[in-house]
Amino acid sequence: MNIFRNISFGQYIPGNSLIHNFDPRVKILGCLLIIINLFLISQFWGFLILGVMVWSGIIISKIHPRFVFRGLRTIIYLILFTMLLHLFMTEGEVIFRIWIFKITKEGLINGLFIASRLFILILTTSLLTLTTSPISLTDGIERLLSYFKFIKLPAHEIAMMMTIALRFIPTLLEETEKIMKAQISRGADFESGNIVNRTKNLIPILVPLFVNAFRRADELAIAMEAKGYRGGEGRTHYRELQIHRKDILFFTIITALAIIVGILF
Amino acid sequence: MIKIKNLSHIYNIPRRDPIIALKEINLEIERGEFLTIIGSNGSGKSTLARHINGLLLPTSGDVWVKGMNTKDRECLWKIRQEVGMVFQNPDNQIVATTVEDDIAFGLENMGIDRENMLERVNWALQVVGLEEYRRFEPHLLSGGQKQRVAIAGVIAMHPSFLILDEPTAMLDPRGRKEVIEVIKKLNQEEGITVIFITHLMEEVIESNRVVVLNKGEIALNGKPKDIFLKVDALRSFALDIPQITELAFRLNHKGLKNISPSTLKVEEMVEQLCLYV
Repeated sequence: MNIFRNISFGQYIPGNSLIHNFDPRVKILGCLLIIINLFLISQFWGFLILGVMVWSGIIISKIHPRFVFRGLRTIIYLILFTMLLHLFMTEGEVIFRIWIFKITKEGLINGLFIASRLFILILTTSLLTLTTSPISLTDGIERLLSYFKFIKLPAHEIAMMMTIALRFIPTLLEETEKIMKAQISRGADFESGNIVNRTKNLIPILVPLFVNAFRRADELAIAMEAKGYRGGEGRTHYRELQIHRKDILFFTIITALAIIVGILF
Repeated sequence: MIKIKNLSHIYNIPRRDPIIALKEINLEIERGEFLTIIGSNGSGKSTLARHINGLLLPTSGDVWVKGMNTKDRECLWKIRQEVGMVFQNPDNQIVATTVEDDIAFGLENMGIDRENMLERVNWALQVVGLEEYRRFEPHLLSGGQKQRVAIAGVIAMHPSFLILDEPTAMLDPRGRKEVIEVIKKLNQEEGITVIFITHLMEEVIESNRVVVLNKGEIALNGKPKDIFLKVDALRSFALDIPQITELAFRLNHKGLKNISPSTLKVEEMVEQLCLYV
């Protein structure tokens, strides 16, 4: 019963494409630009251009579209639901009517726009997480946040928290599995009963898990202190991030396109 | 060199039930030694270890590492670089998400420049024999390998002293052997002073000197061979004697006087027994 073996985190797929090799900072910023743009534009052509941009990114990255759509699968119902809400709830020029339901022209447009917005948003973030390893993502976030140090933003601390979380997710999952097996062998039942009972049955898993997690945190803190950890000050970095010419080029193109699309549509 | 003078430590002083963990400990540790500190549960061995790199401060008495007092806050980071520490649970001391990043963690804290860091990480990986695992995520390694990563992360900081607080307690026999091999190599080839803490008598054999702790006090201090002679005393401290030593002890008592009661290894026993054939 290796329930958790197949879960991969950060869903990163190693590769050696142009997109994979861009600096994580550039990728994160590019991603942000596209997302901001998505919420600024209000014309069909804008969505089309952004969609084509992201899709060509996926093609360049040589990642099988299957992986991209796997990310979409969980959110497709949310997209459909919000689209339907917009479709039926917007007041305006009625173009279609069944019984008490009516579809308006404005509703149709709003619904399609919101769906495209979410759709492209997921594609963009998937492209980022599929082509960037969690480590370089954390590194990129740390370096980007460190520009905000002047407002006392704890960039190093946030990155350290992310690293530790990434490091301990597999460990804690393994432990959850162990506890579950121990409870099942003593007759616990996690699979039948109604939702209330099933939730109640989770308590004997969660209690030991949390107790252990706190103990781990304590031991890790001591081990870190023993290795001379005292916050981000005066710390050097093992991993090096370098902006190459291709990163600058990529960033310029994205920014230029984003500005053009933002202004025109 | 490490010098411990009249060290006492009491937990829970503010509360009503103080626990005396260490009583008037006096101990000197020379460079290059392989010292084992052994004791049963609650004998104070971990407390003693944590005093050596300033994770705990003495209730009374002093600890000096290369002439620096652990009470001196300004020396604290220098002391922690000089005295590396490896803990029992390998899972709870690995910070980063890959082996090489974790080994670099201590170096990053020290503010070492990148070129130097790469060199030291490579060296540490090679010493513990994990070169081909450098890009692995820690949860994919075995217990023994994880503990070797932890050791590599400490020795990359180039400490003079390495304290290992029951590093084998959570490992299977194979992992245990891997870790002991690495520790021996560090002591003999790299000249690192090793302070090895355990509750298993079998693991004492490799060391030059043994300190037996009992109820917060040093009960015995000497060479492994001499310590093993004191079978009754060891039993009274709730420590187990290795089977082979126990056998030698009993044979000796039954009149086989050529068999030394301080036999520590099977090969030695075989040689001695062959004299009777």
